[in-house]
Amino acid sequence: MEHQLASFDRRSFLKVSALAGGGMLIGIQWMAGHARAFDPAFLEGAAFNAYIKITPDGKITIQSPNPEIGQGVKTSMPMIVAEELDADWAHVVVEQAPLDTEAYTRQVAGGSGSIRASWKPLRTAGAAARMMLIAAAAEKWQVAPETCVTGASMVKHPATNRQATYGELASLAATKTPPADPPLKKPSEFRLLGKRIANVDNHAIVTGENLFGQDLKREGMAVAVVARPPAFGLKLVSVDDSKTKSMPGVQQVVRFGNKVAVLANTTWEAKKGRDALQLQWAPEGELESTDQHDSALRALLDKAAETPRRKDGNTEPAFAQASKTVEAVYECPFLPHNAMEPLNFFADVRPDGVLMVGPTQTPESARTQIAKLLQIDQKKIRVEMTRQGGGFGRRLNTDYAVEAAEISHLAKKPVKVVWLREDDMGGGIYRPACKYRFRAALDAQGNLTAYHLRGSGINVGNPTRENNFPAGALPNLLVEGHNLESKVTTGPWRAPVHNFLGFAEQSFLDEVALAAGKDPVAFRLGLLDQAKQQPVGRQEYQADRLMGVIRLAAEKANWGQAPSGVFQGFSAYFSFSTYVAQVVEVVVTNNKPKIQRVVCAVDCGILINRSGAENQVAGAIIDGLGHAMFSQLTIKDGAPEQTNFDRYRMIRMAEAPPVEVHFVESEEAPTGLGEPALPPLAAAFANAVYRATGKRLRNQPFVQPGEPGLLG
Amino acid sequence: MARLTLKVNGKRRIVDVSEDTPLLWVLREHLDLTGTKYACGIGQCGACTVHINGEPMRSCALPVSVVEGANIVTIEGLSREGDHPVQEAWKETDVPQCGFCQAGQIMTAASLLRKNPNPTDADIDTAMAGNICRCGTYNRIREAIHLAAKKSRS
Ligand code: FES
Ligand code: FES
Repeated sequence: MEHQLASFDRRSFLKVSALAGGGMLIGIQWMAGHARAFDPAFLEGAAFNAYIKITPDGKITIQSPNPEIGQGVKTSMPMIVAEELDADWAHVVVEQAPLDTEAYTRQVAGGSGSIRASWKPLRTAGAAARMMLIAAAAEKWQVAPETCVTGASMVKHPATNRQATYGELASLAATKTPPADPPLKKPSEFRLLGKRIANVDNHAIVTGENLFGQDLKREGMAVAVVARPPAFGLKLVSVDDSKTKSMPGVQQVVRFGNKVAVLANTTWEAKKGRDALQLQWAPEGELESTDQHDSALRALLDKAAETPRRKDGNTEPAFAQASKTVEAVYECPFLPHNAMEPLNFFADVRPDGVLMVGPTQTPESARTQIAKLLQIDQKKIRVEMTRQGGGFGRRLNTDYAVEAAEISHLAKKPVKVVWLREDDMGGGIYRPACKYRFRAALDAQGNLTAYHLRGSGINVGNPTRENNFPAGALPNLLVEGHNLESKVTTGPWRAPVHNFLGFAEQSFLDEVALAAGKDPVAFRLGLLDQAKQQPVGRQEYQADRLMGVIRLAAEKANWGQAPSGVFQGFSAYFSFSTYVAQVVEVVVTNNKPKIQRVVCAVDCGILINRSGAENQVAGAIIDGLGHAMFSQLTIKDGAPEQTNFDRYRMIRMAEAPPVEVHFVESEEAPTGLGEPALPPLAAAFANAVYRATGKRLRNQPFVQPGEPGLLG
Repeated sequence: MARLTLKVNGKRRIVDVSEDTPLLWVLREHLDLTGTKYACGIGQCGACTVHINGEPMRSCALPVSVVEGANIVTIEGLSREGDHPVQEAWKETDVPQCGFCQAGQIMTAASLLRKNPNPTDADIDTAMAGNICRCGTYNRIREAIHLAAKKSRS
């Protein structure tokens, strides 16, 4: 087949081909993140991140490259292409890439990075396609391309009043060379971006179509439910599966490593078989508990780290000279991810190749690990992704996919491994439990002269984000972190580290502002002004943009002018390249604070899909509130004490406050939205509660089970 | 094992299952109606909500033998074209994020509106209390229920 190839910014490529039945296909390949060599398979039509297909009937198919875990990229990524293409959204059909790791790069949904990484290549592809369609029209009409315009999936020649649809032009356009550097629209020219576009999968979702990993069924497939160690630090000693094997529907029992899989015809039969196993476990070393973790983490807060994460100036002399010091400790527990769809994966390991299908945020890494486990060539492994019932970071880890491959390999049959909620919640990889001690020094004028943060966390690596505001805004700063090793496994959880640090830091800054006798908003703006005028050390945030969201939130919430009986709390935080400021308004009824409204200002650069963006922000706020209020996972004798929603409380309808979201008008490249609105929320709430009640909330969850307390 | 006759979405379906199997798994794995979701298995989250004789019930907590003969409606049978006012309102309000909880939310909402065509926020809170959404779409769910109520009235 004839191909036209173009490369732009040396790392991205477009390939145009004619479709057999007429029309054009544009493949797009880009190397995001770490540079990868150009993949020659691209030329064979096998390796692209996404494509645009225009058929003579006028249908425009745009393929969305990234896994959909609920963050809306399946809608927003094609919108970016359609904008530059000048396509009428009504003509656009979105397809999910079959998500084959051979062919796609950066199929990772994590770190809110999907849109950031693909913004430029997606725009360029749309713009290049538009230029080719114009070239085709110009040739057909024998006019200069510059005299043509586009709109609503059509090329028009206003001077002669002619027009042709993209469908009519596509076959001819396929013969044109794609421009390497097509002009991109100015944000003021956007017609689609920033509008409210409904999720392209809404109809499938509301009619219950088969979309998720849990729904998958393949010929000859067994369902496996697995017995895993009931506590961290237990080793499997003996297995008696005689009862299980005689149970109806049970096909096979497979012991591997520290686990036993029961394969059956159905999930229920596999679960009953699993529950009937007689297993003996023995501890390897000491079994841990939350009490023990807590005292070890607190002890670390009293210990200086060998090497600080960041040190500007010298904090101790400033503390010695301070006219006031503020000090506080903040604490948070482990949290399981609890995506609504519990983990699952399908594996079919055969001598001639391996097929893996399921919900994963990182198919490439799953493939690498499975190749290693089975000692086979990666090329023999195909990983396909399903829609995912939430991720929140859990599906960045590939343990459950690798486990499925191992079971299929040992059982020699295709198998869908299903985790029950208890398995999912009890199975580890939690948000690390962390503690922070903050200290601040104020001079006689209430200026912040020194800031000291020491954090400790369980299997967290670095518990801090040392370049967070107020770093850069004051002369003396010290940030230290300790990692505490534990048998309890941890991993990224929606906005890793930020999810709790944001609360602790923004609550503490409120304490400092009050101690300084300053308004919390004015206090932050003052510091940011300093960060702008006299920046100290490395600065990852842009002071102007952080000030922008702070002002916008304050303005929209009428900061400082709440009617009597309404108490406001403020918080502002930068993470994943996005700026967020929030005001929470609390009223007190029957001695209990209740949120009346959350006002949120966001600067995420150019807004792609207003509806999706608002949904993400409101969702992150409600999620952040729920986890701060109610959720915790505690460990006793190595075992998680909460393994289902009866003992683990999630936020529910009546507890979800009204949320108002305002976006900063911006011409900056778009940044992530799946995470950044979560970290600041609990602080805005806690700061409002302090004003309403005088009680400072420093430990999460705010509501302890069985103790109605302040919040009930 | 028993042979049971179920009435699901207006059709008679015959299944051979052990009698203690929760209706949820019979729907999902014997009848391939996978719109009804598993998320907790203990009646705490509402992802598995179906209508039994018009009442919203947690299918994970119902042994299939107790619903023999009952009128069972799942998300697949809520409307012919996916155009039940609640489904329409859900699409228009752009409720879903990951979407996993939404079939259960919709089934609960549909039965609320049948009994109470004009629910207040407090009615909605009470009716929807058993349905968890980890993605936090509660506000849009509330909005969509009000919209569906309006659609059904007009
Ligand atoms: S799965 Fe039935 S209520 Fe959760
Ligand atoms: S939309 Fe994801 S759990 Fe509700």
